[in-house]
Amino acid sequence: MLHSLLQLGDKYFMWNEGPMIWTSDVLIVLTSLGIIGVLTYLKRWNWLWKEWLTTVDHKKIGIMYIIAAFAMFFRGGMDGLIIRAQLAVPNNQFLNAEHYDQVFTTHGTIMILFMAMPFIIGLMNIAVPLQIGARDVAFPYLNALSFWLFFFAALLFNISFVIGGSPDAGWTSYAPLAGPFYDTGVGENYYLISLQITGIGTIATGINFLVTILKMRAPGMTLMKMPMFTWSILVTSIIIIFAFPVLTVTLALLMFDRLFGAQFFSVTHGGLPMMWANLFWIWGHPEVYIVILPAFGVFSEVVSTFSHKRLFGYKAMVVSMVAIAILSFTTWVHHFFTMGAGASVNSFFSFSTMLIAVPTGVKMFNWLFTMYKGRIQFTTSMLWALAFIPNFLIGGLTGVMLAVAPADYQYHNSYFLVAHFHYVLIAGTVFGVFSGLYYWWPKMFGHILNEKIGKWAFWIFMISFNMTFMPMYFLGLMGMTRRMYTYPAGLGWGPLNMIETIGALGMGLGFVVMVYDIVYSIRHPEKDLTGDPWDGRTLEWSIPSPAPEYNFAVIPEVKGIDAYWMMKHPKGQEPEPTKAVDKSKIRPIHMPNNSYRPFIISVAFFVAGFGFIWQWYWLGIPGLIVVVIGLFLRSFEYDDEHFISTEEIVQTETAAGRL
Amino acid sequence: MSVHMESLHEPTTSSLPLEYQEDGNLKIFGFWVFLAAEVVLFSTLFATYLVFHGNVAGGPTSQQLFDIRGFTIETFLLLTSSFTMGLGTYEMRRQNTKGVVVWVLITVLLGLGFLGMEISEFSHYVSIGANISRSAFLSAFFVLVGTHGSHVTLGIFWILSILVQVMRKGITPKTARKLFVVGLYWHFLDVVWVFIFTVVYLTGKVM
Ligand code: HEM
Ligand SMILES: [Cu+2]
Repeated sequence: MLHSLLQLGDKYFMWNEGPMIWTSDVLIVLTSLGIIGVLTYLKRWNWLWKEWLTTVDHKKIGIMYIIAAFAMFFRGGMDGLIIRAQLAVPNNQFLNAEHYDQVFTTHGTIMILFMAMPFIIGLMNIAVPLQIGARDVAFPYLNALSFWLFFFAALLFNISFVIGGSPDAGWTSYAPLAGPFYDTGVGENYYLISLQITGIGTIATGINFLVTILKMRAPGMTLMKMPMFTWSILVTSIIIIFAFPVLTVTLALLMFDRLFGAQFFSVTHGGLPMMWANLFWIWGHPEVYIVILPAFGVFSEVVSTFSHKRLFGYKAMVVSMVAIAILSFTTWVHHFFTMGAGASVNSFFSFSTMLIAVPTGVKMFNWLFTMYKGRIQFTTSMLWALAFIPNFLIGGLTGVMLAVAPADYQYHNSYFLVAHFHYVLIAGTVFGVFSGLYYWWPKMFGHILNEKIGKWAFWIFMISFNMTFMPMYFLGLMGMTRRMYTYPAGLGWGPLNMIETIGALGMGLGFVVMVYDIVYSIRHPEKDLTGDPWDGRTLEWSIPSPAPEYNFAVIPEVKGIDAYWMMKHPKGQEPEPTKAVDKSKIRPIHMPNNSYRPFIISVAFFVAGFGFIWQWYWLGIPGLIVVVIGLFLRSFEYDDEHFISTEEIVQTETAAGRL
Repeated sequence: MSVHMESLHEPTTSSLPLEYQEDGNLKIFGFWVFLAAEVVLFSTLFATYLVFHGNVAGGPTSQQLFDIRGFTIETFLLLTSSFTMGLGTYEMRRQNTKGVVVWVLITVLLGLGFLGMEISEFSHYVSIGANISRSAFLSAFFVLVGTHGSHVTLGIFWILSILVQVMRKGITPKTARKLFVVGLYWHFLDVVWVFIFTVVYLTGKVM
């Protein structure tokens, strides 16, 4: 009895692998019990269900995205620290090769798909409807579904660590390495299926925001009067719609190879392993612009707000984003110059890659010119934006070096590359989302994050970041390749690796200080009573903080770029009292009802995914059937909206001091 | 509750066709965008199929497998069903519930006929050993055509569920919009099939 139980434990929970797994198991059980205990003790289940799990409000969904992204940053960051612990000294045996493979795979996958993506989608959920003067996104219900699909996909991916084993073929999951022949076990199935689920949610998000931005702008806001962050999300949504279906297909093909014996990427039955690399990067390169363009959008808002000047070169900004979006689909081969596509193909992709530097450079100069002669205010949010410029520049310039195909034969898959993409991903995307978080936090919660602690977090994180990744450029040139689990002594790599590890600990500390800032600010809130703590320029600052459920009591009229700034500073007139809402214009407001279905459908997706991962079709197929039933039931739902009465709006606005 | 309510979405004027009223405009536009994503999905599958077309690994080729009579009848059934779906939309515009029900039911029957033929085609291939594992060509064939087939299957269930709603509620802005959207989906699948017919079957028969 006990014996067979232990055998099951070894088979499904890898108990034979030692203390790391046991500790994780215990921690997971304790944390879950802790959460359940606290919720029960505080009698918060009902609140959780009514206010959050069933919500369709874009602001709450945005907050949930960001909380989940923080949790995933923690998980991915722990992976990063484990990697750095292993590489700190030569000949280290803290992890064996197999475990190391798993750790960098989950690190990369989580950071890109379960940290960067949801963080950005969270910010766009919060800011876009407010910036365009809308009451929600076009399809609030679908929006909730997107979130829960992401959430349960992330959960699915993460449980691989303790149930069945993590994927281990890199975040790029190249065939034939990731195929059924070389990679037995369920790890890669977790990768394929959880990415599939979150990818579906992302496509829905792309559609949702495209329609929202094109169809739901306040009267007067033409496309060329939209805030720059909204522009960046419009362009990003278009890239999502064109890129993510490619990922869907790519994952499905490998899934067919692994689960149903198809031969797409095999070598014996006419399959082509290179097909994977091509398809993966046809999605993958646009994907890096999906995570960077919204960060550019944040910087445009932040730089302009805290320089107290209009954004320089609005049109050039828009044109360069569109150019980047188009070019992003023409560069994918630069990820495998060394695979032998031939000189002319390599030359083409080398050139197209370098071309992207042009619009990116234009944007850089526009930010600099925006600050030029501005009255710069060094808030935490602005510090992240300022640090972005030189750090991202380092990442971008080394990117151009990598784009030189013949030279890439030297640096390809070395630590030079690892340094490059962390300089763009961290100095671009991560600095961007942190900047946005400090910027929009008051609008989300009604109080400002403590600036002093925030600046500590910034300096610690930013300096440690350079300490971690700058040496990697040199290690790469010295010959250290990526994804190697250990290295011999005597190559002179030891000291630089040790510096990197210390830097990584510093980044961890910076992250902790930021979390402390959040906790501190919740306990000692510096309330934002004005709704406009930064002297903002766009419509989200014209309403109270936190924004009421319906966002705008009266939909504003937009007269130009920086609509709210224009309301505050009308030309040739006395400034009017901009905050007051005109009571006579208030009407009852139509809002969508909460729904439990997005949550339930996503749980069913989770169960189905788990079934397919283990090839337990008795579980997978019923799971999918529940998903389909959920969708059909939704179709039969007619009474899904409610009204907020005039009295209620008047009450809320009076409480916020607007009437 | 009729006076001056501000809706979440932009107001629409009543000169538009029924399906575009209330928030129909927004949803129909959203559906078009969804179809754009579907175009990308199918394009990727077509590209994959074209890459693998010759990689038969000593197994059957497309020329040996495809049966002209079979795929011609399939095409005829699906194209006709698209036409009858169009007639259903036409009756919807004329507010004729009965006409809608009749034409849409015919559409479903034609769709079922198409599916039946496809399933028998697939099972025939499998029975002679031309299954998904035989070669990369067959993997690509089954996944491309099968993806279309599973879309058709879902489409049939979807159409039926909308039909039930139309029968229950009559032709209202909501049901009209739903019928219109599922119609778009059905026509889209028809267009995809036209490409499968030319790229996979016709070309595959000669090359
Ligand atoms: C928190 C600090 C971080 C540290 C210390 C860190 C460290 C590392 C290291 C050392 C590697 C190379 C592993 C190897 O090739 O053997 C790596 C890989 C990678 N990292 Fe990070 N990283 C951090 C944050 C991030 C962030 C924020 C992102 C993305 C937004 C990211 C994305 C990636 C990706 C995609 C890979 C490639 C994984 C693979 O080879 O499959 N990392 N990281
Ligand atoms: Cu790239």
